Amino acid sequence: MFEILYNYWDLLLLGQYPSGPLGGLSITLILSLLGLGLAFPVSILLALARISPMPAVRIPATVVVYVVRGIPLIMVIFWVYFFLPLLIGRTITGFTTMLCTLVIYQSAYLSEVIRAGIEALPKGQIEASRALGLGYFRTLRFVILPQALYNMMPSMISQFVSTIKETSLGYVINVPEITFAANQVNNQLLTQPLAVFSILALVYFLLCFSFTELADYIERRITRKREGKHKKIKSAKPAKSGYIAMSTATVSKENS
Amino acid sequence: MWKGIVLTLELTLSSWILALVLGTALATVRMTNHRLAKIVVGCFVAYHRNVPMLVQIMMWYFALPSLLPDSIQLWINQFNGEFLYSVIAIGLCMAAYVSEDIRSGLRAIPYGQFEASRALGLSYIRSMRFVILPQAMRIAVPPLINHTVLLFKNTSLAMAIGVAELTYATRQIENYTFRTFEAYFVASVWYLALSLALMGAGALLARHYRIPGSK
Repeated sequence: MFEILYNYWDLLLLGQYPSGPLGGLSITLILSLLGLGLAFPVSILLALARISPMPAVRIPATVVVYVVRGIPLIMVIFWVYFFLPLLIGRTITGFTTMLCTLVIYQSAYLSEVIRAGIEALPKGQIEASRALGLGYFRTLRFVILPQALYNMMPSMISQFVSTIKETSLGYVINVPEITFAANQVNNQLLTQPLAVFSILALVYFLLCFSFTELADYIERRITRKREGKHKKIKSAKPAKSGYIAMSTATVSKENS
Repeated sequence: MWKGIVLTLELTLSSWILALVLGTALATVRMTNHRLAKIVVGCFVAYHRNVPMLVQIMMWYFALPSLLPDSIQLWINQFNGEFLYSVIAIGLCMAAYVSEDIRSGLRAIPYGQFEASRALGLSYIRSMRFVILPQAMRIAVPPLINHTVLLFKNTSLAMAIGVAELTYATRQIENYTFRTFEAYFVASVWYLALSLALMGAGALLARHYRIPGSK
């Protein structure tokens, strides 16, 4: 296993970078960062449209979100793969295909997260800021979004983890990300699939697990903050024997 | 394409059953508060939640069979090995999610209820059976439905190892006929219709099993 890591670390980390396109783990990370980053503004717009009082805005947004959520990611990938080039009239790389797919897919999911965050705020907040003379956009900008987004931070990190996991599907359309690279290594070695795929799983695990833990940590902090900054929080009572393990770890929504 | 749909549904159903049975078992084991059991189940859940399902499927299809003796490998491959491995991979992965759903349902029940039922003279098993679980399972219904839809969508990943389910069938049709748009449109409509049907049925179920008086 270490031998494989030693021999192929550059392929797994950078792909064929100096002599060819960037690949491996770095492309996985770039894809997921860019994907979620670009999906973020789109998802805010979608979330706002979803809770808009105007049916002309609300209904199309709802349809889009449900359609994207009802189709497997792989189908979205194929749609983008075959039809985006037709639409814009020139060929696009696997990287762009995957990026567009991630933006479409994640903005639908992220918009649900943000919508939940906005709807979780007390209605009095909107009413109060409107009563104070702030317009719709200023209410959003200065009152609603800062609170909602802050509360939603753990879910957004989980969403980032899902995005990382979803980039692995780029393998299907030959995006040279780490799953693809691992398969290349496997095809060269032929005899050690277990070691190669263990490395692959381990890399994903370490990456995603650290982010999951980060999300849990932030969630605990936010909960503590919400309960009062200056109060000293007594630690949760340890679970009595023979009953359910009470851990502070949370079950967050994830989708892949 | 019809064959693909049937295979997708078969895949969904078999891995769903595996996920539900194993997930419940895992949640139960974790509940016992035994230290080793907690660590083992915790690792299982963490692995399956933090590694992409595609990689898990590859692990089961490419990597783990190499541990088996050749004769058993051949024997499994005679009986549609791809299908079996993808059911195992998807089932195990979703079992991790299911066990978390059930556990969060259990954690939502205040500890006082358990103490109260013990104080009223019910044994551990009976207080679980009559007081805790009926409530916890009801709370767990909505996330379980979400994960069922997710499982259904994730069966499409089995195409990567050559299971001839709906997505795979679509690709083949597209290769034979070159009618790309029609093929993908029909397949997407099928996926969408089936997921929406699952969501709708799930919403009815959730309403039926909702704890009266709760939101």
